[in-house]
Amino acid sequence: MPHAEHTVFRMFSARPFGEKRFACRFSFFPRLFERLRLLQSDVIRTLSERMFLCMDLRHLIDPLDLSQEETHRLLDLADKIAASPSSYYGVCDGKKLATLFYEPSTRTRLSFEAAMLNLGGRTLGFATADSSSATKGESIADTIRVISCYADICAMRHPKEGAPFRASQFSGIPVINAGDGGHQHPTQTLTDLMTIRRRKGGFSGLTIGLCGDLKFGRTVHSLIRSLARYSGMRFILISPEELRTPRYVLEESLLPQNIPFREVSSLEDSMPELDILYMTRVQKERFFNEEDYVRLKDSYILTEEKMKLAKADMAVLHPLPRVNEIALDVDRDPRAAYFEQVQNGVYVRMALILALLGLEEGKEVLTHAEH
Amino acid sequence: MLNIDSLQNGIVIDHIQAGTSMILYDLLELGKLDCCVAIIKNARSEKYGRKDIIKIDGELDLNLDILGFLDPNITVGVIRDGKLVEKRKPQMPKILKNVIRCRNPRCITSVEESVEQIFYLTENKKYRCAYCEYEYRPRQK
Repeated sequence: MPHAEHTVFRMFSARPFGEKRFACRFSFFPRLFERLRLLQSDVIRTLSERMFLCMDLRHLIDPLDLSQEETHRLLDLADKIAASPSSYYGVCDGKKLATLFYEPSTRTRLSFEAAMLNLGGRTLGFATADSSSATKGESIADTIRVISCYADICAMRHPKEGAPFRASQFSGIPVINAGDGGHQHPTQTLTDLMTIRRRKGGFSGLTIGLCGDLKFGRTVHSLIRSLARYSGMRFILISPEELRTPRYVLEESLLPQNIPFREVSSLEDSMPELDILYMTRVQKERFFNEEDYVRLKDSYILTEEKMKLAKADMAVLHPLPRVNEIALDVDRDPRAAYFEQVQNGVYVRMALILALLGLEEGKEVLTHAEH
Repeated sequence: MLNIDSLQNGIVIDHIQAGTSMILYDLLELGKLDCCVAIIKNARSEKYGRKDIIKIDGELDLNLDILGFLDPNITVGVIRDGKLVEKRKPQMPKILKNVIRCRNPRCITSVEESVEQIFYLTENKKYRCAYCEYEYRPRQK
């Protein structure tokens, strides 16, 4: 059996541009390609699948699949869409988005569907695993091969971590990770980045407090990974001991670059320092033990009183849904940005769909080797 | 102690951490070989105090990745005509395929059929699942 590295090089060297071009591609979007290099040729079974990999098919599995420049161009496009959403209607005419949601979701699924409908495309898919062939025991690999025949692009949410990555290995269409277990949620990160950039004008030199469930909160892991690429960022990780940020997130994103961070338990003590407060819900569905959930679910509640401790221009973000971690009174505070986030989520997903399908201005977003 | 000279043609896996030779024996599937295999446990070692040694009377294509993963201190000697002709030092492999399983119950590999168990070596010399990034911990061996 050939080594994975050699296999991928051989696949690419079969193309006219040879290995040099692959090396160039690899440097542009390291994360996914690093993982694809791990694969053996027998995983990519058919010629058409090999062709798809050789072509400019891009997926979004991890926020770092997009380089910093690509992320900025995507956010620029999202800003343009926000300025005039109606002018993009019809750009995806005749295109179909498959929403493969193996786990319940309201915001993310509807946001993807709204984004595609706003672009004039159509959507198909399922909203729970019960209504898919997963109940019959169908594998992710088979499902995505089938869906590739029905749709032009897909968004997948799955309770199992790594499921969208598995799908991307077999897919003939772009796969967007719409959340995989407690692992990653890159489109929420793009939403967060867009909101932060619009509120703060950029990312450098900010102090961000992430509060709540930092262990299973996939949005937190993705956001740390993305923001760690900007200079002058400081992180304050506020959580109970049991829900601390996973070690691998710190070791990969913060420690190697000596990015200042501290892990604390008190929200109040940290409030005066923060430019951004990112609140998260303690997610019942991530606990195997209900007793632990009940004990931890009310660890942090942001109230009007606590908001008085914060800077006048701090922004409060939340990936939603909230349960009780932000009191309703805070909604009236101009620093509350979480409903703005929801609207930004639609614009950024519209931009992402255009980028992955290479349509209109989306063609300019992703860097391809030939550029 | 036995001498490597006692082998005419074969392989000596030396400097195995004391007590782990049977794990290696199973992972390398040495039990399936027809040739003579000797396991020496708790041999004296100047460097490590105690060590295990495996001697295989016959040449075979060893998976050095498994050796490097289990214990990078291991050395592999190739014996031909009673002489040591080659000494290899396995490195920690960048990729481990189907050697260890991901223990994260939330990982897709726990439910997906025919999925390869792939781990990659991180900069700080730890192995992580390529799917869920869950870190492999040696006590899970």
